[in-house]
Amino acid sequence: MDYTFHWRPVIKALPDLFSAALVTLEAAVLSMLLGIIFGLALAMMRLYGNRPLSLFATVWIELARNTPALLQLFFFGFGLGAFGWHLTPFTIVLCGLAFNNAGYLAENFRGGFQAIPAPQYKAARCLGMSATQTYIRIIIPQVFRLVYYPMTNQMVWAVLMSSLGMLVGFRELSGETQFLASNTFRLFEFFLVAAVFYYLLVKLILFAAHILSRRLFTY
Amino acid sequence: MIELNSVNKSFGDLQVLKGIDLSVAKGEVLSVIGASGSGKSTMLYCINALEQIQGGSISVDGLDVHAKSTDINKLRQNIGMVFQQWNSFPHLTVLDNVALAPKIVLKKSADEARSIAEKQLQHVGLGDKLDTYPTRMSGGQQQRLAIARALAMEPGYMLFDEVTSALDPELVGEVLDTLRLLREDGMTMIVVTHEINFARDVSDRIAFFHQGVIEELAPAKELVNNPQRQRTQQFLSKVL
Amino acid sequence: MSESANAIQFFTGFRFSDLGFLAEAAGNTLLISVISISIGSVLGCLFGWALHVSVLARYLLGSVLDIFRSVPLIIQLLLFFNFFPILGLPLEPFAAGCIVLIFYTSALVAQVARGGIEAVPDSMRRASRSLGMSYLQDMRYVVWPIGARAMLPAWTGVALGVLKDSALVSVLGYLELLRASQILITRTQEPFIILAIVGAFYFALSYPIGKLSARLEQRWQYD
Repeated sequence: MDYTFHWRPVIKALPDLFSAALVTLEAAVLSMLLGIIFGLALAMMRLYGNRPLSLFATVWIELARNTPALLQLFFFGFGLGAFGWHLTPFTIVLCGLAFNNAGYLAENFRGGFQAIPAPQYKAARCLGMSATQTYIRIIIPQVFRLVYYPMTNQMVWAVLMSSLGMLVGFRELSGETQFLASNTFRLFEFFLVAAVFYYLLVKLILFAAHILSRRLFTY
Repeated sequence: MIELNSVNKSFGDLQVLKGIDLSVAKGEVLSVIGASGSGKSTMLYCINALEQIQGGSISVDGLDVHAKSTDINKLRQNIGMVFQQWNSFPHLTVLDNVALAPKIVLKKSADEARSIAEKQLQHVGLGDKLDTYPTRMSGGQQQRLAIARALAMEPGYMLFDEVTSALDPELVGEVLDTLRLLREDGMTMIVVTHEINFARDVSDRIAFFHQGVIEELAPAKELVNNPQRQRTQQFLSKVL
Repeated sequence: MSESANAIQFFTGFRFSDLGFLAEAAGNTLLISVISISIGSVLGCLFGWALHVSVLARYLLGSVLDIFRSVPLIIQLLLFFNFFPILGLPLEPFAAGCIVLIFYTSALVAQVARGGIEAVPDSMRRASRSLGMSYLQDMRYVVWPIGARAMLPAWTGVALGVLKDSALVSVLGYLELLRASQILITRTQEPFIILAIVGAFYFALSYPIGKLSARLEQRWQYD
């Protein structure tokens, strides 16, 4: 083995990598928030919507779940370009991840909604709450508890998936690593450090999710 | 006053209420007895607009329950309802279970809602459970919680749908005692129940349902001690 | 025909012959997926069994497998692809892709398999052992048939995930479906149609298999 490892360029780049990791986290969190909002809407459309709404939701969900995430990203990147829409790399990643998250989360939410006993709804309505109040105050909080673990998993997936950003020119952790690695030719060293960053990021998220669940679900 | 005028209700081909006429005056306690499937619970659901009716009319304080123009949420604020299953909200503390509706439906301030909830919970004997979660309580306690939750809306009427049927026998007493308490407070109530002795002691009148019609309606003691109709006699001899 | 006319021809839209090019690439996607999923699943079942029986394995093997689940596949691929030349053993993109996907699959399957084994009630296993079955017979005739049913839905999810994730091997230069689509997009400038065709291919594979597995799961629930 006549390869010599050079760590100096990597160490010098650590601050850059760290801020790139924050960009990754930011993209993952934002895409997750959007995914939760759209996922809830899709689940409710599929469960309670009229035919067109339910069809729309089904198409979204099945496309998100049955095609590669990278393809979805390319679609927001190049595909929309065919219609003259050119999104920035950040928007591409955000749209792609949110689309994907929403599809997977919608199925989790749907299972959650179906698991809440129907009398919960009836009891709330009997107290004079409107349908909207009942969903926001009674049903959805219980659904969130039921799907908390799958949601945590999806958050981890969002972080891992955001690495696809490097293929559409987004300078998150992977994109930044790729950029620095090809500038310095220390590919292995850089990717190894990026791997460590991702590993720690995932552990941090799981730990935070655990702490949060203790605060949230005291019952 | 709750008034039912020749109310018809069907589930598909099955007619479960056949021309029900009934009126319950303010301050009155009416018990409803009868075999399962005789339509007594369905009548409660119709009064609360949880079920639609196919004929006749129902009015509460002169307000037509099933009219399109009626604000159902407003109507339900005036009618408390407690079910066979207590349906506590598992994600809220006992206090929040009771305080939530006053806060978001009646738009009371947080402090006000809290003090209303505390008062009602103390009234049903759960004053020491405020910060517990309902899943840690017995069925009897949860049923009392459900009653306090309904009372916190300060309704004019209370509907009880077989509230002791799902309870273990030793827990029935505490819930019936709570109902007695409400009677002393002068609450207007319709109580669908299988507890004939309780119905006799606590209600003003009893209605006996049979296959979707009111077979007999009489002052409580009279109906139990001296039923006039043959079907009432048969039913009472089976359950007493 | 002049040189410039040829060039114009070259940049015109999607041609019928391009479908052949895509089909070949789709074959490559299938090839690398089938290899990775089959070998990775067998390996994953062994790992899952090891995690179930040994506390030591749970710490050591468990932590290693955890890494495969906590680092993006694309980083794993690039890391591995750039690691072998260091050892003086440059790898083909196909081989590097296969190796990474196999371990990636095995890490995901190991979790599923362990869950499958643990889904078999202890009482049932005690019963089979008390009938005089050996450990291996118990595994073969009791744990495997029951556990396999329990793990099928999750395993299908993993397998379909790997099928879709195999698209990432394109970053190493392996000519699978997504890379082929990139090449065609650059040439034809018709990204929408090409991405739609490629999407339809994945969908046509993934959707029916997913539905079938969901149906089996439902049927078994009522057995």
